[in-house]
Amino acid sequence: MGGEDILVALTAISPQLILVAATVLCIAADLFMRSGKDTACWAVSVAGCAAALWASASLWGRQQVAFSQLVRLDKFSLFFYGIFLVAGIMTLVLSMEFLRRERMPVGEYCAILLVSISGMMFMASAYNLLMVFLGLELMSIPVYVMAALMKRNPKSTESAIKYLLLGAFASALLLYGIALIYSSARSTSLGVILKHLETGRLLGNPVLLAGMGLVIAGVGFKVSLVPFHMWTPDVYEGAPTPVTAFMSAGIKAAGFAVLIRVVVVAMHRLSIEWAPLLWVLAALTMIVGNVVALSQQNIKRMLAYSSIAHAGYVLVALTPGTRLGIQAALMYLFIYFIMNLGAFGVVIALSGKGDTAVDIQDYRGRSAGHPLYAAAMAVFMFSLAGVPPTGGFVGKFYAFSAAVKAGYIWLAVIGVLMSAVSAFFYLRVLVRMYMEEAEVGTAVEPIRPLAATRPAGIGLCVAFAALALLFLGTMPSLLARVAEETLAGLWPF
Amino acid sequence: MEFLGNHIVSATVFLPLVGAVIVLVFVGRRSEAAIRWATLLFMAATFLLSLVPFLRYDPQAAEAMQFIERASWLPEYGIEYKVGMDGMSLLLFMLTTFLGPIGIACSWRSIETKVKEFHIAMLLLQTAMLGAFVALNLFLFYIFWEAMLIPMYLIIGIWGGPRRIYAAVKFFLYTLVGSLLMLLAILYLYFEHHRQFGFYSFDLFDLYRVHVGLGVEKLLFLAFGLSFAIKVPMFPFHTWLPDAHVEAPTAGSVILAGVLLKMGTYGFLRFSMPLFPAANEVFFPLIAVLALIGIIYGALVSMVQPDLKKLVAFSSVSHLGFVMLGLAVGSMQGVEGSVLQMINHGLSTGALFLIVGMIYERRHTRMIADFGGIARVMPVFAAFFMIVTLSSIGLPGLNGFVGEFLILAGTFKAHPVMAAFAASGVIFAAVYMLWMFKRVMFGPVDKPANRALEGNDLTAREVAILVPIVVLIVWIGVYPQTFLRKMDRSVEAFMARTGHAGAVVAAQADAGLLSEGSQQGIEKLGRVERR
Repeated sequence: MGGEDILVALTAISPQLILVAATVLCIAADLFMRSGKDTACWAVSVAGCAAALWASASLWGRQQVAFSQLVRLDKFSLFFYGIFLVAGIMTLVLSMEFLRRERMPVGEYCAILLVSISGMMFMASAYNLLMVFLGLELMSIPVYVMAALMKRNPKSTESAIKYLLLGAFASALLLYGIALIYSSARSTSLGVILKHLETGRLLGNPVLLAGMGLVIAGVGFKVSLVPFHMWTPDVYEGAPTPVTAFMSAGIKAAGFAVLIRVVVVAMHRLSIEWAPLLWVLAALTMIVGNVVALSQQNIKRMLAYSSIAHAGYVLVALTPGTRLGIQAALMYLFIYFIMNLGAFGVVIALSGKGDTAVDIQDYRGRSAGHPLYAAAMAVFMFSLAGVPPTGGFVGKFYAFSAAVKAGYIWLAVIGVLMSAVSAFFYLRVLVRMYMEEAEVGTAVEPIRPLAATRPAGIGLCVAFAALALLFLGTMPSLLARVAEETLAGLWPF
Repeated sequence: MEFLGNHIVSATVFLPLVGAVIVLVFVGRRSEAAIRWATLLFMAATFLLSLVPFLRYDPQAAEAMQFIERASWLPEYGIEYKVGMDGMSLLLFMLTTFLGPIGIACSWRSIETKVKEFHIAMLLLQTAMLGAFVALNLFLFYIFWEAMLIPMYLIIGIWGGPRRIYAAVKFFLYTLVGSLLMLLAILYLYFEHHRQFGFYSFDLFDLYRVHVGLGVEKLLFLAFGLSFAIKVPMFPFHTWLPDAHVEAPTAGSVILAGVLLKMGTYGFLRFSMPLFPAANEVFFPLIAVLALIGIIYGALVSMVQPDLKKLVAFSSVSHLGFVMLGLAVGSMQGVEGSVLQMINHGLSTGALFLIVGMIYERRHTRMIADFGGIARVMPVFAAFFMIVTLSSIGLPGLNGFVGEFLILAGTFKAHPVMAAFAASGVIFAAVYMLWMFKRVMFGPVDKPANRALEGNDLTAREVAILVPIVVLIVWIGVYPQTFLRKMDRSVEAFMARTGHAGAVVAAQADAGLLSEGSQQGIEKLGRVERR
């Protein structure tokens, strides 16, 4: 600790500490309360996230490196804290009615979710490769458990096992990459690696390059870049829908936080080496994600492939390695998590008991029974397709403009063509909802969706997401400014 | 009041949006009459509001672009809210507000499901279309341009015919592919502007000044051009049009033909041609030849259509070919004729779709073979149908003639062979329209279903829909100066920018000839033909 004031250091991680405290409270409540413990756990978790969000907001503008340079608090980390915590609150709100219906253990679910969020936050603030690894594991292991929480559903278990095995594989890759980097740079500190590269040492060092490649692959698993995406559709389909929503929003953002901090910023001198790699990954990811999504019949699988494709768009923004690119990626991730949580919110609301009725076929004529959810879904689908005046357009606009500015015209051309392809499968959901009539009498038993019970939480959450997207689509200046400001502390030079 | 006076364009653009929100929030789903009346009221108010810029527009002013409004939006990226209109956008703007209430009135009986959603979609569509015609910042334009897609997609897909889903998705994807490439071209131009002038701007007039090498310019022109060519639609990008028209409900067809197709030609006029004059020069043969193919091909395909609506749809391909030809030729007469022809096509084809819709509501068929002798049982209907048919053919004294005459005259000066080919399109138009008219309206009333139409002639509502259109059809045919005068300056500005600078001097010399002289010429020709 070397003369570091422990209290000052602890304030740097105070949002995480708040979450950990909430976790402990949550577990205690689950163990010792007799009645109403579900509600108590849930309320403690939401309050914990809100408090952590407030703490993060009050830390805005503060720049600090703590715990022997393991953790770096800056606007970049805080921006991601915001994403994780809002995503966490939204997930909790979306989950409550679902958990009750599926008789899932609320206390465990909430506690595990909080741990996972704190792991994401450590990833975003990590300034040392070991810290990156710790954060990643702290984030991932709880998610494996969450995926398996629907114990009676074999699909849920299957998805958890798949995710665990492939996740372990990814962790191994990442760890191996870290080891290689350590062996060439003699440090796992990002600051030290950056300094070595700045002074020209290590430029072109093959071991370091191999390490960098493995780190990209390891993170690529988490954010589901092609060809590391194999697990995504199965896990997204099998996991309980709220967990899928959380994975698609939080894990993706956390993975990209690491990718930006470790590769794009700390190794920016190597951009001539990683830019072509990211170019290829971005192109592959967009093409495979969008084209395969075309043939999906299950809406969760469709959204899984769509989430792969969106990782590709973020990578388009990052490939140039410019400030505008990082800003665009931040904006994209922010908008993406809102539209994805919103879309999954509608899926949750319209799903039947046992997480059924999630085939796109099941959406036929649903706009008649649930006009507001259908309208919100229309906003999410148009936004995911990137059509103005929704937030999704703003995200794509910035991502592609970063690429065009840096001269990556062809990458941008692939991007826009794939966006056009994506419109097809997003529209199909709307076609089913709005333009086709529900088949009467063919279903063995009618779907009794959550939406029929008028769940206030889900409704609020979906409405918030839809309005936020329309706001971001017409008034993007606030987000653009915050994202630009976020960059200020990220570049150490 | 003064605030409104200074923001008259924005007020007009966003009034339908306000209407949409009011209908959404305050009018109950079940009170369908209230929804219809409220929407009609907002559309009519939008039209009345748009008369203000029409009356106040000063065609003599040095600056063609007037009523400019700007507001800060994302200043550090050169994105601002900037709208304004010149003579050309003014006319298209008026056309849009004029067709708005008609679209609502013609759906009074035919739209019976999801009434609230339909009217909200129509209002949103109106705002997006109006915005696209007046946007002077490319970012803003792109937003309106794309936003237009959503309500139209829903209108076709929800309230359309049996193959509506196929048609709607095809319409959406076709247009989306084009516009996404345009987005990249816009971005390229934007960064190029920053490189050359040191600040970011999406402002159209800033981007006019950017110079890029011919090779790049050609690519940019193609990226913009593809997007607009799909919208026009030019041959060979027209295949979405018949599907969309046939499946769309009447109001959708009217707006689609009346306004949306004009977005494509307007895009050429405002964006791709003036932004990339050198490439425009290079691609002139391509555009002109595609336009000619469109004219003749559209007419030939119309001739063999068994379905009334499809016939009208293909005739649009032919008519829009004329518009593109006039723009490509780029002479004063050609361009003025093109803009006027855009208005004419909006009126006469819009009216044709209305008429097809009216007969469809009575007979539930659109097949020409199912009709015959309708003129005997529905005389009022027949009279309107006749006027509109003749206007579409281009009979002197009605609007279609003026536009086509100007385009052909403009083309003939520079490219007589092209003019000859194009003129054949006029003849074909007479063939397919009159033949269709004969089969539908004349002959014996040999089908009982047609005889049953006796006493089921147009209602007062339907007459009220058609009368304003017919009035304008005759007005433009007899006294086009009201409209041509408005755009003289704007067309000169367009020609100066597209590099037909020499032509501008000549055009200014015979500007009087155009406005007064050509009118005499038109009348003279009309007299000759009538004899």
